[in-house]
Amino acid sequence: MAPTSSRRSGHSRRAQYSLFTSYLVAAIGALIGAVLLGISLWQPAAMGGVRGAASDAAEPAGRAVAVAREGSGGFFDAIAGYFRAGSQNAGLRKELELARIRLAEADATLQENERLKALIGLTEQDGEPVAITHITGSTAASARRFAYIGAGRADGVQVGMPVRSARGVVGRVLETGSSTSRVLLLTDSESVLPVRRGSDDLVAFAEGRGNGLLRIRLVNLGINPLEPGDVFVTSGAGGYYRPGVAVAVLTEIRPDGGLARMIADPAGTDFVRVEPIWQPDTVAAARQSPDEVLSDAEESE
Amino acid sequence: MIEGGLKPRSRPNPYGKRINREPSPLLANSVPYATIVLGSMLPLLLVTSTMPIVPPLGFMMLVGWRLMRPGLLPSWVGLPLGAIDDLFSGQPFGSAILLWSVTMLAIEWFETRVPWRGFLQDWLAAALACAGYVLAAAAFSGAKINPTLAIAIMPQLLASILAFPLISGLVATFDRLRLQRIRKVR
Repeated sequence: MAPTSSRRSGHSRRAQYSLFTSYLVAAIGALIGAVLLGISLWQPAAMGGVRGAASDAAEPAGRAVAVAREGSGGFFDAIAGYFRAGSQNAGLRKELELARIRLAEADATLQENERLKALIGLTEQDGEPVAITHITGSTAASARRFAYIGAGRADGVQVGMPVRSARGVVGRVLETGSSTSRVLLLTDSESVLPVRRGSDDLVAFAEGRGNGLLRIRLVNLGINPLEPGDVFVTSGAGGYYRPGVAVAVLTEIRPDGGLARMIADPAGTDFVRVEPIWQPDTVAAARQSPDEVLSDAEESE
Repeated sequence: MIEGGLKPRSRPNPYGKRINREPSPLLANSVPYATIVLGSMLPLLLVTSTMPIVPPLGFMMLVGWRLMRPGLLPSWVGLPLGAIDDLFSGQPFGSAILLWSVTMLAIEWFETRVPWRGFLQDWLAAALACAGYVLAAAAFSGAKINPTLAIAIMPQLLASILAFPLISGLVATFDRLRLQRIRKVR
């Protein structure tokens, strides 16, 4: 750190004024920052347009790095496989892992089907994806867990759409730019996802804890029936996510539920698909205030 | 006697390329800003779903430049550069504008209080700045503040303190690049 004498203003009025002005402008800058921060915390979408444009501008670099990351991941997997038990090992391990998840999901689907048939015989449609794209980046230096994907408004992506990989749910679109979108990952501390246990009807909420784990909170408290290794899938409540998609595996039991690990870790994911909102009507209804619903009902009568 | 009849003055030497050259004003003035903006954008390219483990590189570059070259960056530079950082960092907009401006004023104040010079003192100033920044940024991020989050940001906090010598070396390299004598004086 240099001695301040080199920048001491001395008796020069002009130097004194310019130094004072620069401090004043810095203080005003801090004040502007505080006001903007207040607005952003109150209305998180306030600067969304500018942020979208900025992430659109940074997207080519993100895409290039994403391709390199996926390529190098495969490369290191191959080397690891060669050194352990031949070059097929890595691929087979990955496949086995996917198969296990699929098996848990299939169990969940079977169970779901039985329940639905018992109710009204409703069949479920697996809709076409809105877009298939890369994860181009994430907010690695912030306490919030957001990821950026390489598809935006121009591809038909809308706020609220679920994002999933081949393994399971990754998160939900929070903000859209024209060619990129910002995704709220499941591990963010503001993320809450309604889930159920894959093997039965036990419903719970999977909340992000901000440290990479999900907290499973049971809706019905009592004797905790969870066991480590339980697979949780989306329940479809809330209308955003299609039911039966893998979410997390329980690792630790707590009095009101447990801690779980995300199945689809975005850091190890190459392609993600953006899916349409499962039940847009439910989502829209949940956004309406009770008074509004009442007045609509009166009008329709 | 010189072999080959070569005159000593015509032999290439380390000073030969600097004579009659001066730093380009464009490079000298743009490199600090460019490296800070790149530092803000770099964490975006890394995918971490678990915890914030990458140190806030843009902020550390700012602190590095400020400590190495006092007076090069105007003290109000937190307003424009913080705004750019906010676009990429995932923090609510305004958080970096506020914290970077406050940091510039705080380092100014620290400099008048502790008027000696030395690398350890720079490191102390940077450690205080980074620790304060990481904690305040987590508090302003809009995430729920709980003991889990406090533990989760500790690796980032430590990494940002320990990485300062690295950043300092990087800034020194960029500083040499910035002052390369590439413009010919005629």
